[in-house]
Amino acid sequence: MSVETWTYIIVGLTFAAYIYIGYASRVRETAGFYVAGRGVPAIANGAATAADWMSAASFISMAGLISSMGYDGAVYLMGWTGGYVLLALLLAPYLRKYGKYTVPDFIGDRYYSHTARAVAAIATIFISLTYVAGQMRGVGIVFSRFLQVDIATGVIIGVAVVAFFAVLGGMKGITWTQVAQYSVLIIAYLIPAIAIANVLTGNPIPQLAFTFSDLVSRLNQIQVDLGFTEYTKPFQGKPMIDILAITLALMVGTAGLPHVIIRFYTVPDVRSARYSAGWALLFIALLYTTAPAVAAFARYNLISTLNGKTLEEVRQIDWVAKWEKTKLLAFVDKDGDGKVTFAPGRAFALKGGRPDFNTPDEKSKNEVHLDNDIIVLSTPEVARLSPFVIALVAAGGLAAALSTAAGLLLAMSSAISHDIYYRIFRPNATEAQRLLAGRIVILLAVILAGYFGVNPPGFVAQVVAFAFGLAAASLFPAILLGIFDKRMNREGAIAGILVGLIFTAVMIGMMRAPQIFGAPAPVIPNLFGISAEGVGVIGMILNFIVAYLVSRATPPPPEHIQHLVEEIRIPKGAGQAAEH
Amino acid sequence: MHKTEEYWKANTSLIRNLLLIWALVSYVFGILLVEPLNGIRLGGLPLGFWFAQQGSIYVFVILIFYYAWKMDQLDRHYGVHE
Repeated sequence: MSVETWTYIIVGLTFAAYIYIGYASRVRETAGFYVAGRGVPAIANGAATAADWMSAASFISMAGLISSMGYDGAVYLMGWTGGYVLLALLLAPYLRKYGKYTVPDFIGDRYYSHTARAVAAIATIFISLTYVAGQMRGVGIVFSRFLQVDIATGVIIGVAVVAFFAVLGGMKGITWTQVAQYSVLIIAYLIPAIAIANVLTGNPIPQLAFTFSDLVSRLNQIQVDLGFTEYTKPFQGKPMIDILAITLALMVGTAGLPHVIIRFYTVPDVRSARYSAGWALLFIALLYTTAPAVAAFARYNLISTLNGKTLEEVRQIDWVAKWEKTKLLAFVDKDGDGKVTFAPGRAFALKGGRPDFNTPDEKSKNEVHLDNDIIVLSTPEVARLSPFVIALVAAGGLAAALSTAAGLLLAMSSAISHDIYYRIFRPNATEAQRLLAGRIVILLAVILAGYFGVNPPGFVAQVVAFAFGLAAASLFPAILLGIFDKRMNREGAIAGILVGLIFTAVMIGMMRAPQIFGAPAPVIPNLFGISAEGVGVIGMILNFIVAYLVSRATPPPPEHIQHLVEEIRIPKGAGQAAEH
Repeated sequence: MHKTEEYWKANTSLIRNLLLIWALVSYVFGILLVEPLNGIRLGGLPLGFWFAQQGSIYVFVILIFYYAWKMDQLDRHYGVHE
């Protein structure tokens, strides 16, 4: 059977399973809708968190990014996993003990202020919306490549599926669907990785093949021969200070992401919250320790398959021809020798940030344009796996995108319907009204996400740094101080959040002025060598300093708040606190 | 009251120690000292590069499970478990 037929079958079956699970775990009360009735076992919550967290970007783009960055790709590997240590040790157990529904809930109550609640809710919506637009785009890309439909149709199918199980099932439906989606995405990621490791090194375990074979040494040698620097050589693309800042910003940003934090409200007790963070990271690490192996293997394989061959030869390779059609892979014969040359630099000149396929970049000898997104999606074809596996990878990419989109939609929905509508404007709303509000907001959010997927705002990829910087500079310090500093008060927290938020937003705006405002050049390129991706760290430090100073200059928080802080520090009685 | 304060102190010092290891494997071994460590090899990889792309992630997983396990003991010792 052909790849297309297999894709229809596998994607169809997995979608049917997701919809069935969403239907089977439909809910009728708010606790089920927002926190899955708090009955999710730690290991299942870990798998759901992993699926929630690993987006289309982790599944499709990350290995390609690392492949082109070499050592510097470590910022994503350490950054996106190290945040779970912060989450597990500093936030998750206490937020679970506190036991309400959302992050703004905690911030609003802990700082006895609707202003703080509203700021946290708006930050949540902004972060989630930035993210979800990228996910819907990912869905569209996977569909268009593997089902040969246009991107818009792909996005609409995705929107329909997400809407169905998120609206009906709320957090409960999403959780169990995400467990299924994790299984699909990890199997889809590991099978081609195992195959390519086995073909190249004779060792089927990618992590071991990566560490204990001479493949990376060979890759280093090839890179040097072609005029690149060694693959493992550090600080080629970014200075050390920037690597440090970006890694920290991604770690802290991860720990402050609302759609990840709310997952820890769904487990039965504090103990399960701790273990489920461990399970989540273990499940994530399965993919995140495989990705650098795939990155190096794929780079080695692509260079050795293509370099020095004649154009005629490479175009006869089936996957080369297919990817060339999508323009994610393109060749240009600059020296007229009819052969493919890999070299540093661009194959084509850039026009408006994208390669212009009519104008070769004459400054470099490189004749191959290779989009980062190809690496993972092409691995099974490059390793000549059966069409079945190729279809499975398509289903895995969709699972990654859909599960993250669902988690984000729920985070947004609860910020609007629970924190803003119910807690601030309509405190006397009934259970049924709150549930209805939640469902309406999800529906609106999913339509908006679909719109962004079909008509992607050019800034989406550029402002992901924004989402992390924002989470790092606003939510994380406020939550952390709320737990560990009993003396922290309303005035300090709000001042800290505002300073962190405004500083980070202004800095990113100035550094990314060309992408965000269409300015001809950045207002400032970086701050002491720290780029837009890492500048949230400075915002976070300012937040901590301002919060501390202001809180010490103003009256301590009221008695009942100090009791609340003492209360969340001990695990006992978490079940009780869950009742409303 | 005294007992819960002791519990909190034991908890925070455990957190501090584990975060020191967290920072050591990622920021120190993976970034600050990556170049000298790359002079040592682990299998086919330079050691600093290994910490940055593989080793620190393994350590992160172990840290969280160790914390969860150790806190179980603390919870029971201070009688604050459920």
